[in-house]
Amino acid sequence: MRRWIAFWNIMHKDLLTHYIKPPNISWGILFPLAWTAMFLFKSGRGMESVPALLPGLMAISVLFGTTSLLAVTVTFEKRSRSFERLLLAPIPLELLMLAKTGGAILFGTVNAFVPVFFALFFTDLSGIRWAPLLPAVIGIAMVSTFLGLFVAVAVSEAFEAQTFSNFFRFPMIFLCGLFFPVATLPIFLQPVSYVLPLTYGVDILHGAINGLNVMPLGFDFSVIGLYCAVLFYFSLKGIKRKWIL
Amino acid sequence: MSMDVVVQGHRNFGLPDWAVPGERPLFIEVESLTKRFDEVTAVDGASFQVRRGELFGFLGPNGAGKTTTINMLTGLAWPDSGQIRIGGLDCTKNPKAAQHLVGVVPDESNLYPELSGFENLCFCGALYGMRKDERRSRARQLLDTFGLRDAAERKFAGYSRGMKRRLTIAAGIIHDPPLLFLDEPTTGIDVASARHIRQLIADLHRAGTTIFLTTHYIEEAERLCERIAFIVKGRIVRVDSVANLLQPVRDRHVMDISVTGSEGDSCSRLAAAFPGLHFQSLSEGRIRVESPEPIGVGPLVCFMEEHGQDVKEARLVQPSLEDVFVRITGLEALAMAREKERKAGGS
Repeated sequence: MRRWIAFWNIMHKDLLTHYIKPPNISWGILFPLAWTAMFLFKSGRGMESVPALLPGLMAISVLFGTTSLLAVTVTFEKRSRSFERLLLAPIPLELLMLAKTGGAILFGTVNAFVPVFFALFFTDLSGIRWAPLLPAVIGIAMVSTFLGLFVAVAVSEAFEAQTFSNFFRFPMIFLCGLFFPVATLPIFLQPVSYVLPLTYGVDILHGAINGLNVMPLGFDFSVIGLYCAVLFYFSLKGIKRKWIL
Repeated sequence: MSMDVVVQGHRNFGLPDWAVPGERPLFIEVESLTKRFDEVTAVDGASFQVRRGELFGFLGPNGAGKTTTINMLTGLAWPDSGQIRIGGLDCTKNPKAAQHLVGVVPDESNLYPELSGFENLCFCGALYGMRKDERRSRARQLLDTFGLRDAAERKFAGYSRGMKRRLTIAAGIIHDPPLLFLDEPTTGIDVASARHIRQLIADLHRAGTTIFLTTHYIEEAERLCERIAFIVKGRIVRVDSVANLLQPVRDRHVMDISVTGSEGDSCSRLAAAFPGLHFQSLSEGRIRVESPEPIGVGPLVCFMEEHGQDVKEARLVQPSLEDVFVRITGLEALAMAREKERKAGGS
């Protein structure tokens, strides 16, 4: 019970002090809006293209919301040494890092539904299969957050965290099937797409929203789960090696 | 400040009680502890024990291995070899094992700048599993005790250095731990705050908290601690009670003499003329005289004036733990003083 008090309070503090802040909320709204507008104009098909764009917009909202915030806040706390307070608390490191990432996962999940909310005004979303969509969003939020954690462990400065995050994030926008199907990419880039975890999350979203998934959903979920486990494991290993000297 | 408020009659934490002070059980047991950073051996085979309820001082110059030792004891660093037991629990392989018994006040005030004083204390209480009503009431008590009630709702970032230090100590004892690590608690703060903190440490000790104190201020350790370990270049060079450490210097008489101009080769001339006395040049026109017998100032002054040096001042010096420290570690008092100033200015 005592451990869960600590878990909840770490997550709650992060949400209040880092995530639910006007700049982040506006980022969560403006960024998806800007991408929506850009692709609407680009497609030239008007509101018809909204369902086709929605999976990519949801994925991009989660990806940018989680990776940048977590990597920067953890790096900042590490630098100011307030992160030591968490390491000194009598809770297992695994639970501590789940609490630390929990706030970002929740923020990313909520962020994903901002484009859905706006899309409601322009198109009929009654065909969406929510049962795979919701766990897919949570899965993408988790894998993106753990990627952010992995980056935070690898760097020591906040600006490095941003730079390193972009190294993963921007290629993902174009390679993971968010707005262009993986099959339309040059043949030599397609293997890279299947190495990136977001490809599998986006595939589920395409399936849930438009029925256009390329791979079986069970396989997509398994790959995302595997990526989460691997990234979290190596992040913890990095923390033990680099932060507990 | 009330001791009752600071210490809530320790939660037992499953530790065995003791009846007679002389039979106090061991609380910290450190055996052959070693830590290396690449080619540098930060802690080199350190061994010591701290009894329950003891106020134990850990002294050494900068870079001696004090903070690294604390980090290993609290779970912020892995030892390369050696053994650590806290409260009977083996923490060598599992540093989390005894963290519920421990409060830590690091050398930097590292609370959350975006939270208020009250929120910081409540959050730290939550990290130790305290329930909401319990941590809120404890936080209010501590804010009162530490004279921070009026600043309770202000952000930590806006606190003065002394206030930050006090709140950091309050955060270290929010869960009323039986063992408290204090790393340089009074460095870089004003005299009144330092005095307040020293009083608090004494109160915590009287109430039965085991305290592991590192400090640059040797007079602070002399005043507060029961036993002291000296660490130099990662090695423990001496562990003893303050009384035992002071014994050799207490039996000596020391006088500092200030002269006009350079003391030059006065020491060798004086040593030849007064074979029973030991003379040491302290630079800047100061000479230290030591003797097992009381020192007569008249003959010394006459001798120096006969040799063309005016004596500005001659005063008896009460030998202190700093003298012991300098003698044991071989460090220059002047270098230590500079280090103190640098640390105070930089923190």
